[in-house]
Amino acid sequence: MAAPVSDDDCLVDIQNLSFARGRNVIFNGVDVRIPRGSVTAIMGPSGTGKTTLLRLIGGQLRPDAGSVAVDGQVVHKMRHRQLYALRRRMGLLFQSGALFTHLNVFENVAFPLREHTDLPEMLIRDLVLMKLQAVGLRGARDLMPGELSGGMARRVALARAIALDPDIIMYDEPFAGQDPISMGALVTLIRTLNDALGLTSVIVSHDVAETARIADLVYVVSQGKVVESGTPEELMASESEWVRQFMHGLPDGPVPFHYPADSLDDDLLGKAP
Amino acid sequence: MTDFLARIGRSTLGSLSRLGRASLFLWHALAGLPSLVLRPGLVLAQIYSIGVLSLIIIVVSGTFVGAVLALQGYNTLVNFGAQDSLGVLVALSLLRELGPVVTALLFAGRAGSALTAEIGLMKTTEQLSSMEMMAVDPMRRVIAPRLLAGFISMPLLAAIFSFLGIMGAYFVGVGALGLDDGPFWGQMQASVDFRDDVMNGVIKSLVFGFVASWIAVYEGYDAEPTSEGVSRATTRTVVHTSLAVLGLDFVLTALMFG
Ligand SMILES: Nc1ncnc2c1ncn2[C@@H]1O[C@H](COP(=O)(O)OP(=O)(O)O)[C@@H](O)[C@H]1O
Ligand SMILES: [Mg+2]
Repeated sequence: MAAPVSDDDCLVDIQNLSFARGRNVIFNGVDVRIPRGSVTAIMGPSGTGKTTLLRLIGGQLRPDAGSVAVDGQVVHKMRHRQLYALRRRMGLLFQSGALFTHLNVFENVAFPLREHTDLPEMLIRDLVLMKLQAVGLRGARDLMPGELSGGMARRVALARAIALDPDIIMYDEPFAGQDPISMGALVTLIRTLNDALGLTSVIVSHDVAETARIADLVYVVSQGKVVESGTPEELMASESEWVRQFMHGLPDGPVPFHYPADSLDDDLLGKAP
Repeated sequence: MTDFLARIGRSTLGSLSRLGRASLFLWHALAGLPSLVLRPGLVLAQIYSIGVLSLIIIVVSGTFVGAVLALQGYNTLVNFGAQDSLGVLVALSLLRELGPVVTALLFAGRAGSALTAEIGLMKTTEQLSSMEMMAVDPMRRVIAPRLLAGFISMPLLAAIFSFLGIMGAYFVGVGALGLDDGPFWGQMQASVDFRDDVMNGVIKSLVFGFVASWIAVYEGYDAEPTSEGVSRATTRTVVHTSLAVLGLDFVLTALMFG
């Protein structure tokens, strides 16, 4: 079932990961291996813990059991200084963008450069404009985050996440809220960045079609487990009805659309407890 | 009855664990201070928004508190023919008590609440989280400069408050009520001791500045990341700071002048 990845070309290695928030068990023995240089997609219905998984990789949450290793080092055992050194090599695009609201677009992208380098102002300017050009927002450099649409904010956040040319970049729902044109551009950009800069990319998404177009490897996660993994083509033709329903976006099948609840009739008639 | 005891127990444990977390938080924030030597601009920007922008309320309150003290003090002192001591009365009240205490209460309302809301919203909108993931430690970049700026600003604001209070009293006493300005200043100079009165007031304002800034940044950082969470944290900042300042003032006064 799991894709064959040998030890040395695996950049992120998640083994037997368990994590719960209170009584809500989010992961229960998850194994995910992300090969170096690839675009790996983690897919699953919303609320399965995709964002949580990225935070575990970034060391913002600690697993209850199992381990998350990046480049051979176990993240939750690192000291503060080591963790920050690792994070310098990581870019995380937040689902909300998480731009600094007191800085304009230009300064947001310049922030990591100013914090981590002593580059002269001219060079910072050139770098920032190149990153903004890549996401199609060079003209928006003077806008404040409050003046951007959700999709634009996420693209600025992408420019900021790649400002320091990280080794690993993780995208949390990069396609949500994008119009068809920027969606197409983003899909191409993620693949191009990955191949041109030799990055390792992790995409968390439930936009199956877009993600499948660029992913080398897909993990489908649900209810605390990896349901299946493989290339997009393999998953589209999966044996499992569940995976096929998810990958093809069919409304009927084993995946429930509704959050668990009493019967609607009982609820409306006031009979539910 | 057991229910009642259980509730007391739970809330005591809750308070203790908050205090523990706040102390741990302080420890991390203090560890971020040395790195600020290389980034004085971060602290200066915060001194501007915490200190300079609080000036108006401090200036207005200081002047009026001094003026009212002079009016009230005069009415009492004149019965004993001691109106020449008005300057001493006002100066000692301001330097020892009102300057540090009222400034700290105003600081909690003006700057502390703003600090908590700002940090709380940065947390709610994941700005602190994204900073961490950019390998920028929010403790150093966001918390430490604000803590230090609050600590530096408070004694300066308290000094301005006391100075303007004395000037307000001077204008009321000497200007409006017709006292002689010789005894007003002379008695003040003779009776106000630098170490006992001025320095003790400064120590108080340093302590209050430290506690008020600590509470403000901690409540923001610890806020539940929702609108209600930030609103509750802001309220807690003002209430806890006010109570802490009044409690500490009693303790410090007892130690210094008791
Ligand atoms: N801060 C939190 N506290 C408690 N539960 C949370 C928190 N954040 C997320 N969760 C829960 O964890 C689960 C996974 O969330 P998340 O990782 O955001 O899902 P996804 O990104 O896959 O949509 C959800 O059931 C959510 O309710
Ligand atoms: Mg998510």
